[in-house]
Amino acid sequence: MSTVTLRDVKKAYGDTPVIHGVSMEIQTGEFIVVVGPSGCGKSTLLRMVAGLEEISDGEIHIAEKLVNNLEPRDRDIAMVFQNYALYPHMSVFDNMAYGLKLRKLPKDEIRAKVEEAADLLQLRPYLERRPRQLSGGQRQRVAMGRAIVREPSVFLFDEPLSNLDAKLRVQMRVEIRKLQRRLGTTSLYVTHDQVEAMTMADRLIVMNAGVAEQIGSPIDLYEHPETVFVAGFIGSPAMNLLDAAAFPGLSLPTDRGPLTVGIRPEHLVVADGGPIGATVDLVEPLGADTIVHAQLPTGDALLIRLPGNAKVTQGTTLSLAPKDEAAVHLFDKDTGRRI
Amino acid sequence: MEKRVYFRARLFPYLLVAPQIIVTLVFFIWPAAQALKLSVMRENPFGGNTRFVGMQNFERLFNDPIYLDSFQTTILFSVATTFSGLIIALLLALAADRIIKGATGYRTFLIWPYAVAPAVAGALWVFLFDPTIGIITYAMALFGYDWNHKLNGNEAMTLVVIAATWKQISYNFLFFVAGLQAIPRSLLEAAAIDGAGPLRRFWTVTFPLLSPTTFFLLVVNVVYAFFDTFGIIDAVTKGGPAGATNILVYKVYSDGFVGLDLGGSAAQSVILMAIVIGLTVVQFRFIERKVSY
Ligand SMILES: Nc1ncnc2c1ncn2[C@@H]1O[C@H](COP(=O)(O)OP(=O)(O)OP(=O)(O)O)[C@@H](O)[C@H]1O
Ligand SMILES: [Mg+2]
Repeated sequence: MSTVTLRDVKKAYGDTPVIHGVSMEIQTGEFIVVVGPSGCGKSTLLRMVAGLEEISDGEIHIAEKLVNNLEPRDRDIAMVFQNYALYPHMSVFDNMAYGLKLRKLPKDEIRAKVEEAADLLQLRPYLERRPRQLSGGQRQRVAMGRAIVREPSVFLFDEPLSNLDAKLRVQMRVEIRKLQRRLGTTSLYVTHDQVEAMTMADRLIVMNAGVAEQIGSPIDLYEHPETVFVAGFIGSPAMNLLDAAAFPGLSLPTDRGPLTVGIRPEHLVVADGGPIGATVDLVEPLGADTIVHAQLPTGDALLIRLPGNAKVTQGTTLSLAPKDEAAVHLFDKDTGRRI
Repeated sequence: MEKRVYFRARLFPYLLVAPQIIVTLVFFIWPAAQALKLSVMRENPFGGNTRFVGMQNFERLFNDPIYLDSFQTTILFSVATTFSGLIIALLLALAADRIIKGATGYRTFLIWPYAVAPAVAGALWVFLFDPTIGIITYAMALFGYDWNHKLNGNEAMTLVVIAATWKQISYNFLFFVAGLQAIPRSLLEAAAIDGAGPLRRFWTVTFPLLSPTTFFLLVVNVVYAFFDTFGIIDAVTKGGPAGATNILVYKVYSDGFVGLDLGGSAAQSVILMAIVIGLTVVQFRFIERKVSY
């Protein structure tokens, strides 16, 4: 069963198209991450699902119901904002209880639900505080609490962790994911951080300039990027994407027109007599890995990720080979699509 | 050399603040002291001597039904002016907040009444509502309403409230717009998702977050209605008809300068002074506490 369905959803501000048609079926309980560079339309897409932004064209269904013309409150969703959007004049308890009060639930039921959520999020000691008396991480949890007490059929997150420091971000990432698994609530999560995207997602949507470039599981996207954009966006360090001419040693199809060849840094191995020769420019030993910045005879830069114990010296020439056949990704140079 | 520079530097700051201090002394402190002194004196009606009468002037005032009436009139006038000024300004600000992109023209348009002098504002409204030649009076006559604020006390009060409100709306509007702009949009969006309709959002989110602004404006507007509306009253009704718009500040003037009861007038101004000091204290207390949420 699908909880959220997008059918060719489009958005334009005046004459400027911002979302060019996104279609997707989200299954119940799935954790979907929308990822892409700044300004690609992630927030807009999420806000359309929330009902905060009108849909220019297409259909959005939530829980099998067409919601195009429904108010946010009638869509059975909850949203966590980047700045948390907690009501500053209300206590933590009232922040979480606000939506329940509006639904006219009995007082003791509201208290029970809020306290349950507070326990889940370790917010019990803070229920009487105002948001400004909380740390960033605690505010983040209150925002989560406000979303979960309402027991919506969909959670929407718009970069909820981007205001936290790196360590807390990793911790909250795990907490959110655990919580979501436990509640089994379908979630749509926006981020521009590809590590966050890869680690959290059941499936992810890679967006670029208002287009959903590819939708799939993290591994799927890593192993079979459908476009040059996805290939370069997913994975760190980024995939080497070069003209076919940069790799004269590889046997590439010649009947497909101009090609872009992609090889991930971690999929290159040192091999005697390998088809790729590259001169080492710079070595970055990271302990577990060694990142090698090298230069091909054509002058193009090539990144290589070798095991931490690899002995590489600057100025030497390495003989390299792709790890296996699947390590070489071919794209049409003009359309950017996978071949 | 150095000594002289030093000496100069010590004197110079006093020189710089001197004009301000002189102005304050001549136009505020001295008259206030004078009023305090006069408020315990009585002028001989036939001229010549003044004598000390203690609190008699005040006693007389609080036993004078006309003064107590004027007190009531002032309260009615202030409440009406303050509330209509705040409510209309808030409605305009809410409208402007929705369309803030195109609102610059609209805003400028709303701001200029503030730059109009009270007497001029009064004259403007007198002209519009003049019983014989006023265009609004004419329009009302078409609907069968015979407006004459020169005879009807309620109409006179309505007119001064309109004039006083009109002048103050722009000031309130500016503060309300700024206050509304300071409320993050996402708070209202969160409330919308939580299930609040527009009206509920206003009362549970916007209004509470606007309360510091509202409170500030409340005090400013009461002070305005009590003290700054002299010019309007003078231009529109001169306190009439039959004292229907004779608010306290105007009565100070008419009793003192027209009625020549300097002692009684001074006592009244001392009472007004006490009121303004009280309001200022309230304001400062509040500013110290700053955020109320
Ligand atoms: N109200 C608006 N009017 C016109 N254009 C807008 C409006 N809101 C957003 N846009 C445009 O829509 C595009 C997508 O914006 P959106 O906020 O969805 O980006 P995003 O992917 O969330 O970026 P970020 O990662 O920086 O948050 C941007 O190019 C932006 O300029
Ligand atoms: Mg965004």
